[in-house]
Amino acid sequence: MDFHDTPSEAAFREEVRAWLAEHLTGDFAALGSVGGPSDETGWETRVEWEKLLGRDRWVGLSWPAEYGGRGAGVPEQIIFNEEYARANAPARISFFGEGLFAPTLIQFGTEEQKRRFLPRIQAVEELWCQGFSEPNAGSDLANIQTRAVLDGDEWVISGQKVWTTLAHRADWIFVLCRTDPESRGHHGLSYLLCPMRQDGIEIRPLRQMTGSAEFNEVFFDGARTARDNVLGPVGQGWKVAMATLGFERGTAFLSSQLGFEREFADLLDLAHKTGAASDPVVRDELAARYVGLKVMRYNGMRMLTNLVQRGVAGPEASIGKLYWTTWHRAFGETALRVLGADALVVARAGGGTYEPGPQQQVFMASRAETIYAGSSEIQKNIIGERVLGLPREPRQGETS
Amino acid sequence: MNFAFSEEQEELRRTVRQFLEAKSPETEVRRLMETTEGYDPSVWKQMGQELGLQSIAVPEAYGGQGFTFIELCIVLEEMGRVLLCAPYYSSVVLAANAILNAGTEEQKQALLPGIASGDTIATLAFTEPNGKWDVTGITLEATEQGGSWSLSGEKMFVLDGHTADLIVVVARTAGTSGTDGISFFTVRGDADGLTRTPLSTMDMTRKQAKLEFSGVAAEPLGEPGSGWPAYSKTLDQAAIALANEMMGGAQFVLDMSVQYAKDRVQFGRPIGSFQAIKHKCADMLLEVESGKSAAYYAAWAAAEDNDEVPVVSALAKAYCSEAYFHAAAENIQIHGGIGFTWEHPAHLYFKRAKSSEIFLGDATYHRELLAQRIGI
Repeated sequence: MDFHDTPSEAAFREEVRAWLAEHLTGDFAALGSVGGPSDETGWETRVEWEKLLGRDRWVGLSWPAEYGGRGAGVPEQIIFNEEYARANAPARISFFGEGLFAPTLIQFGTEEQKRRFLPRIQAVEELWCQGFSEPNAGSDLANIQTRAVLDGDEWVISGQKVWTTLAHRADWIFVLCRTDPESRGHHGLSYLLCPMRQDGIEIRPLRQMTGSAEFNEVFFDGARTARDNVLGPVGQGWKVAMATLGFERGTAFLSSQLGFEREFADLLDLAHKTGAASDPVVRDELAARYVGLKVMRYNGMRMLTNLVQRGVAGPEASIGKLYWTTWHRAFGETALRVLGADALVVARAGGGTYEPGPQQQVFMASRAETIYAGSSEIQKNIIGERVLGLPREPRQGETS
Repeated sequence: MNFAFSEEQEELRRTVRQFLEAKSPETEVRRLMETTEGYDPSVWKQMGQELGLQSIAVPEAYGGQGFTFIELCIVLEEMGRVLLCAPYYSSVVLAANAILNAGTEEQKQALLPGIASGDTIATLAFTEPNGKWDVTGITLEATEQGGSWSLSGEKMFVLDGHTADLIVVVARTAGTSGTDGISFFTVRGDADGLTRTPLSTMDMTRKQAKLEFSGVAAEPLGEPGSGWPAYSKTLDQAAIALANEMMGGAQFVLDMSVQYAKDRVQFGRPIGSFQAIKHKCADMLLEVESGKSAAYYAAWAAAEDNDEVPVVSALAKAYCSEAYFHAAAENIQIHGGIGFTWEHPAHLYFKRAKSSEIFLGDATYHRELLAQRIGI
């Protein structure tokens, strides 16, 4: 056990700090860390910033050098995220492309696909969105009904996806489709890559309880993509999708803890200003959230050590998504307790606008987190069955 | 960054586990918990002579092996796993650290080798009938007359206080309050004027005593009146050690629950296939793994003796207390009726969990401590 930087890690940290000090100025610095993977605040500025990150290969940090990455290991990725959060740099916009699609592409893609897509993700020329969930395929994701059939050299896609974050910003979608019409469940699915800007795709925003509309419904009515735009073998899409979900539940969220540190610090400031920090119940809650925040970090470090030393994440990894979403939800409730009566109004100016403040935003938005990317109940099934080895619950058609 | 035990540390864990599984099976725990002394002197001797467990974290200069707090915590986690009945925590964690933190060089030379060899059983008497864990709870008065000190007052909940050969007492000098005047003294277990009464403890696997001091002659440990920093540090180390010990028990009850959920059949299938039970087990795993992360990180901070110790000790004690108790309580629920019987071991862990949660101050107390230390 040793939590100090090695000399090479210290040098890398210095490089990151120096880069951020040089570039995080002007509008970029003024923006601060507002926004998030599904929050469009400051979008245009964030796109510009992300391009700067891409130019200097901070986007694709972990990719192999042959695809333009820095080939950074897990410790370097942590260091980058730590310094990034410490500098209060703008929230990243490439979560779906860089965070979810790119690692899946590196694992399953052909050489041609990697060379086609990775550079454009790095250059922030193409943004991605994720097409998994459907109205009847939520927790039961294998019940995918969106179909794709081959028509000459093209796939033709028909169906509906839902909860598609930032679909209206995206240039491409990775979309899980049923390519074998006779199949059921997780058989016969394929992981297709489809351009978003075409006639066969209609995007309808879904207004959320927060008042904004980062989620969408995406309707496919004869949308087309080239025959080669399938990731992994045709009919093997489930396996590829599970890898994406693994990234979404695992390492992709590692940087969130650092954002939460900032949210906590801001809330603590507010609690001091309003005097709430001297209330014994609020103090206890704030301390409990702080405990949870630090434990999240320790869990992350243990998981990453396992990943580095043994090539597999330990049991701490499977609890990651369940842990942080549960914590964040509780944090949102604490935040509203700190706000007190001020929580009652969303816009001080009045006038019919629905503009939640930062505490109200966390309070509401965190309700989505325990649902998406596998609800907490699904996470507990996974932990129970795959980590603890408990027997599966019999499903319809199975006998006990 | 490296958050893993070394191969040597894993080997230590295996050795200690093997020894404790042989020497402290449930039958022995049940036999010893019914005795007043609450430990087996021959096993205690073997722990010292064969494995050197009492000396593990004592510096070599004082007869120890000079390993770090991390190794000490590995040993404690294994002891917590089997509910070892022995005065190890009182002697090796509480007393030895108090002496290391407060004692002069001569006193360390004189007192620590005996603890390290296991020949001396020692403890720390700090809590009083007022039941307060903070410094305001220390009221037992030390008075000086002609260069010699004597103690009068009462100590409660003193771990192994009735069997200890050496008692380190936390007292205050006359007319002081708060952190002023805090002083350490040492007293022999058989000192004149000291009345020791064994208590019937809820957790029968860990013994406590009431100690009444009536003008007991005492030797100052360090400078009388200036013991607060050493006392505070001792309590932080004790909390970290206890957090690690708790996680051994917590993992054990989780394993017990999972095994039972696989074996026990109701409605024609194992109860672990029902989400109601499966999700309980998943929650337990989350809390046990998280508690370990906190406890291990805190052990590292204590080994480094760095400035994170005050914060991470409060943090680890708060989290691990609740995680252990929750796991131990769910273990009973998952077992159903059998889990409520005297013959089933579930209640032994349930009681140890609650007792450990309360000892040194419960989770709420430690969150307030944490709040003060991080500036809430």
